[in-house]
Amino acid sequence: MAIEPLASTTPQDLPQIKGVKDVPYDELFVSGHRTCQGCESALVMRHMVKASGPRTIVLGSTGCMYVANTTYYTTPWVVPWMHTQLGASGAAALGTAAGLKVLMRKGKLKDEKINVIAFCGDGGGADMGLGAISATLTHKDYDCLVLLYDNESYANTDIQLSSQTPYGAVTTFSPTGSEKRLMHTRWKKNMPGMMATGHPESRYIAAGCAAYAVDLMNKIRRALELGGPTFVHTLDPCPKGWDYHPQYSQELGHLAVETGIWTLYEVIDGVCNLTGPTRQIAEGRKKRKPVYEYLKRQGRFSHFADEDVEHFQATVDKMWEEWLIPGVIPFTIPQKDAGLLRIDKRAKPLHAEAKTA
Amino acid sequence: MTTITSDIPRHGAPENANEVETEQLATGCEAIAEAIRLADVDVMAAYPIRPYDGVMQAAAKLIANGKMDVEYIVADGEHSQFEIVKHACAVGSRVFVGSSGVGWFYAFEAIAVTAGLRLPVVAICGNRALDDPGAFGCEHNDALAVRDLGWLLCWAETAQESLDFALTAWKVGEDKRVSLPVAIGLDGAFLTHSQQIVMIPTQAAVNSFLPKFDLGDRLLHPDNPITIAPQVDQDWLMEIRMQNDQAMRNALGVITEAHTEFKRLFGRGGDNPFLDEFMTDDAEIVFLGQGTLSLPMKVAIRRLRKQGHKVGLVRLKWFRPFPTADIVRSLSRFKAVGVIDRDYSFGSPYYGGVLYNEIRSALYSAPKRPVVVGFIAALGGREIEQPMAMEMFEKTMAAASGELTSGDVCHWIGVRK
Repeated sequence: MAIEPLASTTPQDLPQIKGVKDVPYDELFVSGHRTCQGCESALVMRHMVKASGPRTIVLGSTGCMYVANTTYYTTPWVVPWMHTQLGASGAAALGTAAGLKVLMRKGKLKDEKINVIAFCGDGGGADMGLGAISATLTHKDYDCLVLLYDNESYANTDIQLSSQTPYGAVTTFSPTGSEKRLMHTRWKKNMPGMMATGHPESRYIAAGCAAYAVDLMNKIRRALELGGPTFVHTLDPCPKGWDYHPQYSQELGHLAVETGIWTLYEVIDGVCNLTGPTRQIAEGRKKRKPVYEYLKRQGRFSHFADEDVEHFQATVDKMWEEWLIPGVIPFTIPQKDAGLLRIDKRAKPLHAEAKTA
Repeated sequence: MTTITSDIPRHGAPENANEVETEQLATGCEAIAEAIRLADVDVMAAYPIRPYDGVMQAAAKLIANGKMDVEYIVADGEHSQFEIVKHACAVGSRVFVGSSGVGWFYAFEAIAVTAGLRLPVVAICGNRALDDPGAFGCEHNDALAVRDLGWLLCWAETAQESLDFALTAWKVGEDKRVSLPVAIGLDGAFLTHSQQIVMIPTQAAVNSFLPKFDLGDRLLHPDNPITIAPQVDQDWLMEIRMQNDQAMRNALGVITEAHTEFKRLFGRGGDNPFLDEFMTDDAEIVFLGQGTLSLPMKVAIRRLRKQGHKVGLVRLKWFRPFPTADIVRSLSRFKAVGVIDRDYSFGSPYYGGVLYNEIRSALYSAPKRPVVVGFIAALGGREIEQPMAMEMFEKTMAAASGELTSGDVCHWIGVRK
């Protein structure tokens, strides 16, 4: 059966969005899913395809955004969508992009730009699928975006801890008990920073949050526009896993950034730009809020003693005061080597048109 | 000059009117690489493990020399390898992949879902023992592990048959009545790395044998915005499984059709698509096995024939779908069958190999059935030597004359005490 083009298809044109009023009206992720009330990851999905437009193929690895999101006969996806395995988002993006590329080259498929986005959760991306994502980011001939939606636990399977679960948080694999207050004492893996520093040929790596929707949509668009293999990591407050009332998801997203626990940035062709409140904090225009304001709002930290909050605060302080770039590069250089630092001196910075929300 | 083919959609690699079938000295792996070229494969993914990776090396050389246009991706592991081709297949690419031994098992999650997705990925399994302890040699347990998943599975005997099976695999797997992945077993070293004379067909002949790959309305494309593999749960899974079962049943007929057409176009493939019989016309006992073990067994059978023994060989070409009717029809003619397993199934009925128990199961309801003896032989890459063949012959003869009891039906051959 020959496939006829849909009448409603639009050409591929993904300019940066200038403000909320400029956001596309079309919804490509609609009702039919059964994610929890207040699910920020579902919002990421909605923004993701809103930004990418209808000429997009989405590959979804196992996790909340598969299991809770995509039920037979009630799919919320208006764009073509395919499941991929938990650790396979990188390979799925690569295989799809390679398939489209070769079929267009050989004249077996109409030559046009089709966006390829593979998403994964923090478990599928930062744990199991890390190797495949890393490999994909080195295959510079293929245009594909890997989006990691990070709700800081294996939230679909009962809230088990992942390498993205914050220090001390209660999960079903790290409950608090009468003998052990904290079962989980590992610091969150610096996933976007690792992707940015480890894959110099990837043209775009970013960290975002759906609470800053325009900023996030612009990051998706820039990733797709620049092409090659790209990576975007979002921090998604999760009412079920973080234990708070669903109405506070957006607020917690804001707090995560305002306390400096999560940083917003994008690395374009090797030049790092902080965005949104992260930039304002770094420039000293905005005061970083104490982490306690963020921690106290969530049941997963309710067992924290003062010393735990202090440790959390001290580690975040270190990230801001000692890292080469806060939230991005987790080391610095000695004073005597200050001259080794390279500053991008181009008159018009690459991020000039980037809008910070 | 006029072009009369302008209305016919081109498929396959460009043809050359002067091209003729050529003879080439090639290993099993090199023969498969030629099949990849002839089939105009779109995407393949490689990852090193011996011995299957000979095919990826041969294909890389063909690409480097400009002999074929394939998207050749070196993956970060077998899991990614099989996932890459699975997804490339979903957007309409003809694909090829492969692995061996524990590498095949590293890919197993992807292997399992590929069948569930009904994507006609073609893979070779360069049969290798499953470590530990380390062993590079041939053993069939790796490929056999897909037997319950919905993969078609065949075993090649020669480099020629490797090429022929590969072309058949795309034709059968991509057929809409089947739409299932196909695995081709190639005995590690014995076939993957042994050179033989191979007839390389012309591009024109292959293009007429192999239609354009068309996923139809299952193509993942913005013009066909479907959702593939959503959660179906208990609500629909059984219905979908049963469709896959029907596809596997259909495969028997589709393989037969493809075999007939292959024989017409290329003049090869034997009388039966599923079985290859050797000196069975008047045989009283036969051996049955898969892959290259037929070669030493044929030598033994010729010797035994000279001594006046009525012995033959049945080589099973397709393990999935299992050709039950053909097996029953063939084996009912004999007094005893010695099944040679280059694999093992620990704790299985009568402590036999996988093939042994499949054969016994197929014969259970047959009105006339032979005695079946099982042999575990040539594991880990060992060769079947002539004294081993003689030992198997004697045991099968003893079974035929009723000397073996039911507790004495499976034997390990050539094991040091």
